[in-house]
Amino acid sequence: MPCAAVRYTLFTDIKTTSPPSTIEFPHPTAMSTIQPIAGELEPHPDVALVDRVRGGDVSAYDELVRKYDRQIFRIAQHITQNREDAEDVMQDAFLKAYEKLDQFQGNSKFYTWLVRIAVNESLMRLRKRRTGKMVSIDEDIETDEGSVPRDLADWAPDPEQNYGQAELAEILRKTIQGLPPGFRIVFVLRDVEGLSTEETAETLGLSIPAVKSRLLRARLQLRERLSRYFRRKKTPRQTKSRELRLGETRNEQ
Amino acid sequence: MTCSEFLALLDDLIDDSVTPETRADLQLHLRGCDHCEVTLNTTRKTIEIYRSHEIYDLPPGLRERLHAAIMARCKKGC
Repeated sequence: MPCAAVRYTLFTDIKTTSPPSTIEFPHPTAMSTIQPIAGELEPHPDVALVDRVRGGDVSAYDELVRKYDRQIFRIAQHITQNREDAEDVMQDAFLKAYEKLDQFQGNSKFYTWLVRIAVNESLMRLRKRRTGKMVSIDEDIETDEGSVPRDLADWAPDPEQNYGQAELAEILRKTIQGLPPGFRIVFVLRDVEGLSTEETAETLGLSIPAVKSRLLRARLQLRERLSRYFRRKKTPRQTKSRELRLGETRNEQ
Repeated sequence: MTCSEFLALLDDLIDDSVTPETRADLQLHLRGCDHCEVTLNTTRKTIEIYRSHEIYDLPPGLRERLHAAIMARCKKGC
């Protein structure tokens, strides 16, 4: 398949699939559509913490912050791709959640509710930063569902061991930053932060099929891009034996 | 099963949300297709690597600044 230049636009992308309220504070009635996880009979431990905060115990909110601040910062950083913005988003999201805690309904998880606030704060921050401009990325690889990935190279066993921690983190950052924003957000929420498909759809205002489609493409594009670093390197002996086999094939023909 | 059909079910296989019958079909395809086996293994590895490596560390002092902001908000009424 030839390379195709595809333009992805974050805001138009999200606007077409979500209501305008996506960039507003999530309305409590919208959250009520999130279903509890099947089989989850015990109340989530966060429920007790939220109750304590509602009762005036601010130290319980500190516990919630310490439990989720890393995740919220990561999500904000993945969306805004800017450290200062991510810091502001994290602070604003936790403050907003604190102020609106009376609107939180226990039939969704506190974490999911918080993530939704952080995603909306991040999108608002992006919009402020890029007033009048659409966020777009020119893509040079199109990997549609159903199409076969181009790079078939197998990876070395434990390929991350070939890199130092800082170098590996840089590779992972660079690789995921190259994904179209609409794919990146879905991958981060679903695969890195552990939201379910339904929660991811609810958080982003997308349909479940749209989340599934983006997730598959995000996973395949990341895989293909990481192959540049992680592919199994051929030893001279392997190369030689491959040349011999090809020679044999040619001779047989 | 073709490679395209396999790929369409790749996420369901990775997320362990396929029926036993579909899983058996997928495994049958994998036994004869190195290409799809590599795709499955390396896609799984991609997810695992991103899950297990922190690529954005929490900036030093941010947690304390947030705590101070919450306490300041609390003084106004909480």
